[in-house]
Amino acid sequence: MTTAIKKGKLHVVRLNVNGEEHAALVKANTTLLDLLREEFDYTGTKKGCELGDCGACTVLMDDKPVTSCLVLAVEADGHSVTTIEGVEQEGKLDRVQEEFIKHVAVQCGYCTPGMILSAKALLARNPHPSEREVREAIAGNLCRCTGYGRIVKAILAAAETNI
Amino acid sequence: MSDTATKAFSVIGKSVPKIDGREKVTGKARYTGDLKVPGMLIGKILRSPHAHARILSIDTSKAEKLPGVEAVITAKDVPSTFYGISPARYDETILAIDKVIQVGDKVAAVAAVDEETAVKALGLIAVEYEVLPAVLDPLKAMDEDQPQVHPQYERNISVEIHQNFGDVEKAFQESHLVRTDCFEGNRATHVPMEPHAAISKWEDGKLTIWSSTQSPHYFQYHIARVFDLKMGDVRVMKTFVGGGFGGKLEPSAAEYVSAALAMKTGRPVRVVFDRKEVFFHNRGRHAQHIELTTGVTKEGKILGVHAKFIIDGGSYTGLGIASAYYAGAMLPLIYDFDHFKFDGFRVHTNLPSCAAQRGHGAPQPRFAFESQLDMIAKDLHMDPIEIRKVNARRPNTTTLNDLKVNSCEFTACLEKAAEISDWAGKKGKLPPGQGIGIGCGGFVTGAGYPIYRTRLPQASAVIKVSEQGDTATLYIGAVDIGQGSDTILAQMAAEAMGINYEDVRIVSADTETTPHDFGAYASRQTLMSGHAVKQAGDEIRRQILELAAELLEANVEDVDIDRRIVFVKGSPEKMLTFENVANEFFIRKGPLVGKGSYTPPKLGGKYKGAAVGTSPAYSFAAQISQVDVDEETGQVMVTNVWDVHDCGTVINPNLLHAQVEGALFMGMGEAMYEQVLFDDKGKPVNANLGEYRVPTALDVPQVTSELVDSYEPAGPWGVKEVGEGATLPTMGCYANAIYDAIGVRIYDLPLTPEKVWRAVQERKKQG
Repeated sequence: MTTAIKKGKLHVVRLNVNGEEHAALVKANTTLLDLLREEFDYTGTKKGCELGDCGACTVLMDDKPVTSCLVLAVEADGHSVTTIEGVEQEGKLDRVQEEFIKHVAVQCGYCTPGMILSAKALLARNPHPSEREVREAIAGNLCRCTGYGRIVKAILAAAETNI
Repeated sequence: MSDTATKAFSVIGKSVPKIDGREKVTGKARYTGDLKVPGMLIGKILRSPHAHARILSIDTSKAEKLPGVEAVITAKDVPSTFYGISPARYDETILAIDKVIQVGDKVAAVAAVDEETAVKALGLIAVEYEVLPAVLDPLKAMDEDQPQVHPQYERNISVEIHQNFGDVEKAFQESHLVRTDCFEGNRATHVPMEPHAAISKWEDGKLTIWSSTQSPHYFQYHIARVFDLKMGDVRVMKTFVGGGFGGKLEPSAAEYVSAALAMKTGRPVRVVFDRKEVFFHNRGRHAQHIELTTGVTKEGKILGVHAKFIIDGGSYTGLGIASAYYAGAMLPLIYDFDHFKFDGFRVHTNLPSCAAQRGHGAPQPRFAFESQLDMIAKDLHMDPIEIRKVNARRPNTTTLNDLKVNSCEFTACLEKAAEISDWAGKKGKLPPGQGIGIGCGGFVTGAGYPIYRTRLPQASAVIKVSEQGDTATLYIGAVDIGQGSDTILAQMAAEAMGINYEDVRIVSADTETTPHDFGAYASRQTLMSGHAVKQAGDEIRRQILELAAELLEANVEDVDIDRRIVFVKGSPEKMLTFENVANEFFIRKGPLVGKGSYTPPKLGGKYKGAAVGTSPAYSFAAQISQVDVDEETGQVMVTNVWDVHDCGTVINPNLLHAQVEGALFMGMGEAMYEQVLFDDKGKPVNANLGEYRVPTALDVPQVTSELVDSYEPAGPWGVKEVGEGATLPTMGCYANAIYDAIGVRIYDLPLTPEKVWRAVQERKKQG
């Protein structure tokens, strides 16, 4: 292992995930997505296309939404990452999560983690978005079940209750 | 109406939260690709780069030597049993034998310690191909000079259908107007957000598979057959499923290859498709070429219809045989006419296989029919809604192809859709470039017959009340793929037993622990699995009431139960809790269980293919859309859609409307954007989610979903279909709205800006 590090084949990355410090040895081509899922077992972050098209792997890196399939693990070194597992606080659901359940914005649930994190990022930078702004914020998160209407309503409702 | 229709319900009819909502919003829900079984290897499949080629040799020696590779398999290492859905058309094998017949066909597979090693190993497998001419145009596939995709299907004919009801020629002679129009459908595909995935474990002669499946039962049946195992030695467990839409109804290479690799290595093997492989596996919508001839009286009454289809089946048959029959079988459902001829060919091409997708074979023919009906209305100077009302099916009728319809509120759907969309205020009155259009549909509530011949019931259920009596667990084979069947079946169980939704636990879709059910397809579970649940719940209720009567010293017919309180009618002070009674039951007699099963009555006619389209009940829907078309660019903006569905009694209003919206959304994508495209060598050119355009949150209109009062006598508590019916009307509905807006008719899907723009230019040229 040490030889591999010296040869530059493996790299040490240290990152904060959901408030906890993590370290791992990764290859240069390991994605943040695979690091989160395979090494740290944060499997709430989903793999849908590996090309940055579907948004299922969206996480927050330093509070900004990124498609983790397009971020290399080494790029995440020294950064803080929030996955869906970090949204619930001490057993209490976040407003966005609650509204997703209430509005049946969840069907198969595969896009849900990425969708919720995109919504969280939107509400952090714009606490009172218009419907159009909500739609723009989640336009990079594909959902195949709902037709988006209930997701948009859930996010708007979460914004409302944040006032 | 029966008694239950008017009774106030305690649990059903309410929008309780989804039973798995919390797991899904917190990321705790584990899908197959999220699972890690100790010792697990990663499997990857080597796929053909050619649409049609002979395999001359495969050299796996280099791949086998790569450190970390545990197994490399080709066709010679796995059973050569052909599989499919219909025994007469078992035409697919785990890995290709001698010949590949599509780009992406399965050639070899590896199991390795990690994904990177597995992918590297695939690159070390040397395959020598002799490239053969390929069949790429379904309209030419039957020509004499075309290569043959499968040796056993002459002229590449996969399925040939000729059905004749009444005398359509005579009907045309008696018609005031006869129109023939041709329509072309598109090769759309499901795009579940979760790619297909399976983990197989082989231990002590027993195969265990965790799978992203719509039907553990069919998977168990087919996998046991292919590997020559007892069904009891194959256990299929559904995990959370990230969408199916028909694409996960037949086992895929994820299951077959992971199982073969697990058997070879003795270690668990996980196979997860990448997005491209989902497109290769496909089983999506057939592109249908439709010639439709319809004869009507001058009042607009349809006298006869002749529908001719050539549909592109692609490489393998699978469930595609049913799609071919569904294309014609659903046409006589929503409008009543007496004479019908249905001629269909499903042909093989060297393109990915097509099979079941939401609405099965029915949505494109419905697009053609709804489009043509509007053209006929125009020819007759009739309002499009009026001509539909003239022909609308009535309740308690039988279609010309022997489909028995009980409840049918189609006319009410038409009237309500017109009302809520302000049709009268808008039709012909909108500003230039804006238009309003209607499209309708109807669908089965479960297929009347299972996919393979068996006398097993369609659905079954067991409920076990805990020893303390505080909770009850429903064991059911029904499959929740996101639509919410676990939730509504738990509601039904609670309602039947007289307890609360929160008291019910559910274990579902595991062939070992849950009783048989055919799974999630054909919109069957609310009615079919629901029947089994109601019966099981009723049995618990009966046992509780009998014991309570004894304990309360009352006659059993005087005892009732509601939300956990067991009481003597008229003497409410004489009461016990469900918990007390259930606990006492266990102490005296052991486990308190109830069971139920459902087999539909014998349905349908006697002609060839009569089973397809049969169902205990049918839904009906009318959809109206409003569009804004930019003639300069051909861009179509759908601003509003109103859907009115006749779906019988509603178990969970929120979940129900979510199904309507989702089904409509899928129809919308197919109508406006989606099409898998190929180059001249049969290679898909947009097999990714950037170029295969699934609608985003910015592309969808405002949707209003409404219902009409309806009660279906064949369903438990009066329920019927909702999950697929709303996909059917959308394509025709949009095409008709575009015509209303700018006076151009688009005959082929999807309704792209380019087609609209070209049609506008053509119209201008003709003045």
